[in-house]
Amino acid sequence: MLMKYLFAKNEEIPAGSATIFFGFSSIFWFVVGTGLGSFNAAKLAFPDWVTGTELFAFGHMRQVHVLAVILGWISMAFGMTMMYMTPALGNTKLWSEKLGLWTVFMWNVGLSLGLTLLWMGITSGREYSDLIWPIDLVVIFGVLLPLGINVWMTISHRKTQGIYITNWFFGACIFMLMIVFFVGNSPELFNLTGLTEAYLTFWFAHNVLGLWITPVAAAIAYYTIPKLTGNPLYSHRIGHLHFWSIIAFYSTPASHHLMSAPLPEWLKSFASVEGVLILIPAVAFVANILLTMKGKWSLFVENIETKFSITGVLLAIPLNMQGGFQQTRAINWYVHGTGWIVAHAHLALLGMSSFLEAAAVYFGLQQMLRRKLYSLTLANLHYWFFIIGFCTYWISMTIAGLMQGAGKIYEVPYIDVVVAEHPYMIARWAGGTMVFTGNVIWLYNMWMTAREGTIVPSGRYAHELAYER
Amino acid sequence: MAFQRYKFGAAGIGLMFGFSMSITLFGPANDFRSGVSTWVGLDKQLSLGRVIGFSYEDPLVIGDGKPIVVILDKDPKTGAAIDPPQRAYVYSAGIKFSPGVNHPELLGPGVRDLSEGKGQIAQANMATGAVFTIGKDEFNGEELDYIVNATAVSGWTPAEVLSAAGDENMRYVGKGKTIYITEGCWWCHTLLPEQTQDWQFFGAPPFLGDMNGEMPTAFGSDRKAPDLLHVASRNSSREWMTMHFFNPRLVQPNSIMPRFDYLWGKKDASGNTIDFKKWRADYTAYVNGKTIYPPEVPEPARTAEVRALIDWVLTSLR
Ligand code: HEC
Ligand code: HEM
Repeated sequence: MLMKYLFAKNEEIPAGSATIFFGFSSIFWFVVGTGLGSFNAAKLAFPDWVTGTELFAFGHMRQVHVLAVILGWISMAFGMTMMYMTPALGNTKLWSEKLGLWTVFMWNVGLSLGLTLLWMGITSGREYSDLIWPIDLVVIFGVLLPLGINVWMTISHRKTQGIYITNWFFGACIFMLMIVFFVGNSPELFNLTGLTEAYLTFWFAHNVLGLWITPVAAAIAYYTIPKLTGNPLYSHRIGHLHFWSIIAFYSTPASHHLMSAPLPEWLKSFASVEGVLILIPAVAFVANILLTMKGKWSLFVENIETKFSITGVLLAIPLNMQGGFQQTRAINWYVHGTGWIVAHAHLALLGMSSFLEAAAVYFGLQQMLRRKLYSLTLANLHYWFFIIGFCTYWISMTIAGLMQGAGKIYEVPYIDVVVAEHPYMIARWAGGTMVFTGNVIWLYNMWMTAREGTIVPSGRYAHELAYER
Repeated sequence: MAFQRYKFGAAGIGLMFGFSMSITLFGPANDFRSGVSTWVGLDKQLSLGRVIGFSYEDPLVIGDGKPIVVILDKDPKTGAAIDPPQRAYVYSAGIKFSPGVNHPELLGPGVRDLSEGKGQIAQANMATGAVFTIGKDEFNGEELDYIVNATAVSGWTPAEVLSAAGDENMRYVGKGKTIYITEGCWWCHTLLPEQTQDWQFFGAPPFLGDMNGEMPTAFGSDRKAPDLLHVASRNSSREWMTMHFFNPRLVQPNSIMPRFDYLWGKKDASGNTIDFKKWRADYTAYVNGKTIYPPEVPEPARTAEVRALIDWVLTSLR
């Protein structure tokens, strides 16, 4: 089907096709990514499980997991939301469905290729920018540029007067991500070496999170919550405070990832201060969304998309409290490099961000397929598997991290720390496997929605209809 | 409100983003430039070659196109004894030089002057290959280490140095670091002791000039295992390393480190096929208490990947 549309005339492609393909791709990568995650977790808990080949070695799988969830699940879900929110907010059509479909196609092909190479050990050896530079160029020019063109053109062809905050985020974040990809991978492209390379690696890692994953997730919530509750956004001004402070503060504290490297001291102090200022956009966002919910809190229980969305926003509170303070020197020396950070990373990506995107993917797919969700029961099952699995993961890794930190400070022989962590590694694996199971259920549910969901009459929203199952 | 307007907004984004980029990119670039290479930094870049990881010379990332480190105890030309033995970095014809040789400004002030002057690095020629060593001299009242192009200064050719040394003195450091990268050791280990709390166990953190010319640095961000930056000064036993890589549980029953037995390849040192199946069965019997001794770990072949890995660990991580 995708193949047929890739070469069709733009006018002949039904509106929403790009959204649908993006949506299913993202769920597919979510299943793959979390499956790999749970596999990795099992390897850390039981090191003698599946050995003897490098293909299933932890060191070959970990980066595949990380990039599959970041570039496959999260970023594809972003692509999907951009495909339907940007036109909806501009009261217009997507600039080019065809370009959108090509983006999905290139994205899937590029990512599969990149991940396969990584899996075989063909890597640049730089954390988060592990992909080799030819693949990086595919990402910049084959994926981000077409995505960006589509979004920017749709925004400039809008039929509304102003630009809603979500579209500000979308347009700016794609642009910044392209720059970040290019600068972050310049050590590979131009063979920069030494501390410059080390610093740019974490400059990239930080900015991908700060200028892409968290702000776009937040932008999504600015759309879904008002849409689902029927309340207008509490304050567009606070939304702008969020947007501008992200650009000003979030793009600078990269060096807090390298507090113990011989970087200039001024840079580390600067990063610490800027890092605390991240609390400004964070508080603005959470407050804005929670105030928008005024009078509609019952939807948190009754409506599955709202449930996902608000859970994500609530998880942003501990996330930002951790994030703002753990990178100050006073706290960083204790938690740096421990499982605490792994817990924090999953709180950001698996907790806050993934919940917000899941809500948007649920909502957008129903909207574009014009079909009501197949089964509410399965969706609720997904939600509970997701949240319980995530909490198990987060809590167990936080505890393990604090133990590791204590072991580091009190100079406990390392192996004792490894022994002490073992139960938590098992708990993490169990939690992760729950999330994975939930996602398999989700994929099934969405697939059945596409085939058998109740048809939504035109002019109505899917969430206005009663469930049948 | 003005700032919701689109032109103003787009310019604003550009300005703000540009401003923060320049603080975080140009600022530190100035500081990095002043880093004077230390002995560690020179040793690292000379033994690792141009770049580790995906590159033109090594597209499959298996450690191709890397120099060989040789521990010399006698002068390959004159046969005079060198005591203590010295490291020579052999770049056979066609092997790409390390970044500092091609771009001496990366060596830092002073080291650059010495390397270009006394060290004659500008005369090194990739087509014929070159041998480098590290010299020490005074520059403006400061003792500095610098790169010596031994091919130009002492007339050592790559072939001579390799044959004078013999295999037992060769260290495949560049290939070893490549394996460290591809096998993902750095997802568990770090190469960056922390400033205050790691001194006792893991040794001192690196200095500013310790990674000039190194790519990638692979510090690692996530530590599930001991820091390795100085591991060879804690434990320099090749035998321990061999057993530990084959199966860490042989020497450390509670370790969660994966087995790296697949780095042995198919044949052992004497050319016999390694019977992994039997080894595993014997090992299981040992773990279950059926036998008293674990099975013997096969002696790695001369070209086995694990040999290069251990070379790197014992040579570079001091
Ligand atoms: C799953 C995580 C993991 C991976 C991957 C891993 N290690 Fe380890 N490593 C450990 C743990 C845990 C220890 C400490 C217990 C022990 O001695 O086995 C350790 C110990 C070591 C030691 C001894 C350190 C000391 O202080 O004595 C060395 C050397 C080492 N590893 C090298 C490597 C190399 C080289 C690789 C890649 C080929 C690697 N490790 C991959 C977890 C890992
Ligand atoms: C089934 C659920 C998941 C499981 C079991 C899981 C498991 C893991 C494991 C075992 C690691 C290695 C951690 C370590 O090295 O100690 C890891 C790392 C990581 N995972 Fe996941 N993961 C899951 C879901 C996700 C999702 C959905 C995302 C993002 C959307 C994600 C993002 C990451 C990131 C960014 C890292 C790197 C963390 C770091 O370097 O500190 N994971 N995950």
